Amino acid sequence: MIEVDFRAVDRKDLPPPTLDFLHLDTLWLQVTGTLCNLACTHCFISCGPKNDSHPFMSLDDVRGAVESAAAMGVQEIYFTGGEPFMHPDIKEMIELCLEVAPLNILTNGILITPEMADWLAHKFKTAKYSLDLRVSLDGTTPKENDAIRGRKTFDKIIASVELLWNAGINPVITVTTCHADLSAVEGRMKFIELLAEHGITQPRMKFLSPFKIGREERRDQGYADYQRLVEGDLLEGEEHDLQCSSCRMVTAKGVWPCPILIEVPEARMGISLDDAAIPIKLDHPACYTCHVEGVSCRT
Amino acid sequence: MSDMKVLIFGGIYNNYLALEALLEAAEKEGVDQIYFLGDVGGFGPHPDKVFPYLRDTKNIFLMQGNYDHSIGNRLEDCACGYTDPRDNYFAQISYDYTLENTSDENKDFLKSFAPEFRRDWAGKRILMAHGSPRRVNEFLWESTSPVGFLDYILKASDSDVLFVTHTGIPWMREFRDGRKVVNVGAIGRPANNGKTTVDYVIVNTNTLDITLHELAYDHVRLASEMAAEGLPEPFVQTILTGWWTTCLEVLPARERARGIH
Ligand code: SF4
Ligand code: SF4
Repeated sequence: MIEVDFRAVDRKDLPPPTLDFLHLDTLWLQVTGTLCNLACTHCFISCGPKNDSHPFMSLDDVRGAVESAAAMGVQEIYFTGGEPFMHPDIKEMIELCLEVAPLNILTNGILITPEMADWLAHKFKTAKYSLDLRVSLDGTTPKENDAIRGRKTFDKIIASVELLWNAGINPVITVTTCHADLSAVEGRMKFIELLAEHGITQPRMKFLSPFKIGREERRDQGYADYQRLVEGDLLEGEEHDLQCSSCRMVTAKGVWPCPILIEVPEARMGISLDDAAIPIKLDHPACYTCHVEGVSCRT
Repeated sequence: MSDMKVLIFGGIYNNYLALEALLEAAEKEGVDQIYFLGDVGGFGPHPDKVFPYLRDTKNIFLMQGNYDHSIGNRLEDCACGYTDPRDNYFAQISYDYTLENTSDENKDFLKSFAPEFRRDWAGKRILMAHGSPRRVNEFLWESTSPVGFLDYILKASDSDVLFVTHTGIPWMREFRDGRKVVNVGAIGRPANNGKTTVDYVIVNTNTLDITLHELAYDHVRLASEMAAEGLPEPFVQTILTGWWTTCLEVLPARERARGIH
């Protein structure tokens, strides 16, 4: 017997919704492109030591994007990669951003040295705006975490978190909910207990759903045909909740609507932020996850 | 209108004792008008006790916050925008309590509150909003509201001076050209600074001088009434110590680091 998925037949030919651009609240910078010291199995942009499909941004690239964003009234800036702390100019980049807006850095933590932790803590205390770090951890045991982030990474991540905490920075521990039970209340409690064992008495946590693209597509499974958005799917007021109505991502190769789609060449919006202050079509299956899960990459 | 003294405050959170103290302070200061920027309920005890003060005070202007919208329309939660399960757990207890203990008449009264206020003081365009001019539950924190962003918010909302509340921590940012953005804080609970006092502002509408004020009230009595009503113990601790024990995850790193929890 042949099984027909009627939902797929129904939706495949319908046009996607259009989303207006409201304002640049959040500027994302892919400072180290797709280059990373790790190669996590769930990485939705397939970052790794050898993936230079998006190379490092130069200090001038970063300065240019930050200046345009400031002129547009940006509220906050995020650094991601890849691994931002691989960049040789990371300190200059951090300083120039903090002149303009609060900064969040998404990191796996592993490359943060004691000297860097102290420098960051100093900036944290003295900068005009908030400086925040988000460190990824994908399990409360080495077995759980290392299966995703790589051998021996659990111990290194915990060591970095301790280093930051002792220097005076309380990073947000970011967990991708690949293990189904991690987001539940008990899963959360386990993380809080783990952090307490390491002296972190003010746990800060964020749980993120995985996107079924990049390496995660191969780890788990891709999207089904019906898992896409069509006109009329968006709920009333949802345009405010979807981050891409108020964010843009700049990489060394140009501007993208959000941090999720940088490996989709058709999603590229142009070379400068001004080119990208326009509506977008939510035509990628990942948009389905944003809609269903209410995902935002903001802290 | 020349030289008028105006008091602006937000976030009562059922704290009728602080409201009573605030109205006494207003009288002493010789305030001409009072503006409330929203959120009558939540957190504290005996929701209905706040309402007589709001109804009986002359020259008070009432704005609807997200909490008032939820209670007024009998919604299921406060739409406060928390993301943490522990925050939501305690917030829900106090929301359910407030919903259950607010009379129908008072719930309907909340529906009559204004969405924002606009005034012309000393030739400047004054705007008062609950969270931000663009969203009732947007948090405007000091460390994450850069000058360029506030410039955009002021321009987009056709205003020169903006007053908001919603976060519960007061701050003020002045531009060189005289424009200002002020978060008036809240009178319902302390501002995570280890003081048991709560906050409001006074404005001289002629000079546009704005001063932040701290208000003492009988917080020990409030705490014991909260405990007697079975409200969450961490909430009671906040009233007694001046440190936040919940809703911490919405705080930016900078504001969070100032607290002890
Ligand atoms: S998930 Fe983060 S740390 Fe892991 S490979 Fe991707 S960018 Fe690197
Ligand atoms: S993937 Fe999500 S954030 Fe990116 S464009 Fe689609 S809906 Fe927007």
